[in-house]
Formats: sequence, C-alpha cells, structure tokens
Amino acid sequence: MAAGSLAGAFLWRRRSGRTREHVDLYFADGSMVSFGDDSPQAAHLLPLARRVLSQAR
Amino acid sequence: MDAGQALADLTEISSQIEAAVLAGADGSVDASTFAEEERGQAAAAAAVELLRAADQARTEGGDRLVQLQAAMPEGSVFVVRDEKRLVAAVTGAEPTAGLIFYDLKTCLRLAGEDPEKKAPRRRRKKEEGEGDGEG
Repeated sequence: MAAGSLAGAFLWRRRSGRTREHVDLYFADGSMVSFGDDSPQAAHLLPLARRVLSQAR
Repeated sequence: MDAGQALADLTEISSQIEAAVLAGADGSVDASTFAEEERGQAAAAAAVELLRAADQARTEGGDRLVQLQAAMPEGSVFVVRDEKRLVAAVTGAEPTAGLIFYDLKTCLRLAGEDPEKKAPRRRRKKEEGEGDGEG
C-alpha cells in the first residue's frame, strides 16, 4: 500500500511537474551548490541566464 | 587550435547545444555560433555578468567558480571558464548536463592550445628490415 502510494506520488510529480528551475554552481575543488527557484540566489541569477538564452532564440 | 575551430567542433559533436560563444574573461568575443554578431556579444556579456553574480551568490568562502548550469523550463544555459576564457552555451530543456560540461571543457582546452604546437604523434615502429637479411 505504502509502496503503491509512493510510486503514484512519484509518477504524478513526474507527469505534472515542469522542469524545476535551478542554478547549479561548480567549484574548482569539486564542490557544488544548487539553488532552487525559491531561493533569493536563483531569483537573482535566473534573469541573467534568461538574457543569455534570449539571444539564442 | 583557433577559437572558431574549437567552437565548430563543439557544435558538431554536441547536438544538444543550440548556440555557443567563446569569449575572453572580459566578455570580448573570440568566436560565436549565434546568428548575428551582436547577439553573440550580448550573450557573452550576459554570461560574464552571470558568472560575477554567481561568484557573489556563494555565501561561504571557497574555491573558484569554474562552471554553472542555469536550468529553466524553456532551456538551459551553461557557462564554463578557465583563467583566460569562458564558453557559454544554450540548450533545450533537460539536457544531459554531464556531457555538455565535458564538451564545453574540451572546447576551452582546445581553444587554449597553441596552434603551432601539434599533438604528439605516436611513434612509428622503426623498420628493421636491415638486420633481417644477414647470413
């Protein structure tokens, strides 16, 4: 039952969810930081990324 | 290899990349696949600004930022940099990030290679026909 619910939730999320916006930063030491779309960092970085994207289209 | 050739190789091997620009650390364009020169320049300038903002976004001190991906529903932006240059690329949604980063790093490395310096060739096995005919 629980497994079925989990699988259902996973499939629902997968079907209904658009690509979640995020920004991943990678550093020379191999570390990585990911900012989700609800973070202030992503709110600052994503519009700049959209400026790059808009030039290609 | 020159910048244009490095970028041409990049777009040839990576079908996910829609457009890319190779630029100096200050945003001066070395080569671009953007349809118009001005768009390439604008994209490079925006990529430099994105890197600067990303540098500041990390609150803790640490190592140097070397690459980033900004993923959006309409597509992704990748930027990879070394000490002298950066390469920025645009893809569709949900790209294979690992492959894109690998290809962009290869592009940067090739663009930084001395064109005079040829890749080391494998040594040919010496023909040793002379010694065989004795006796």
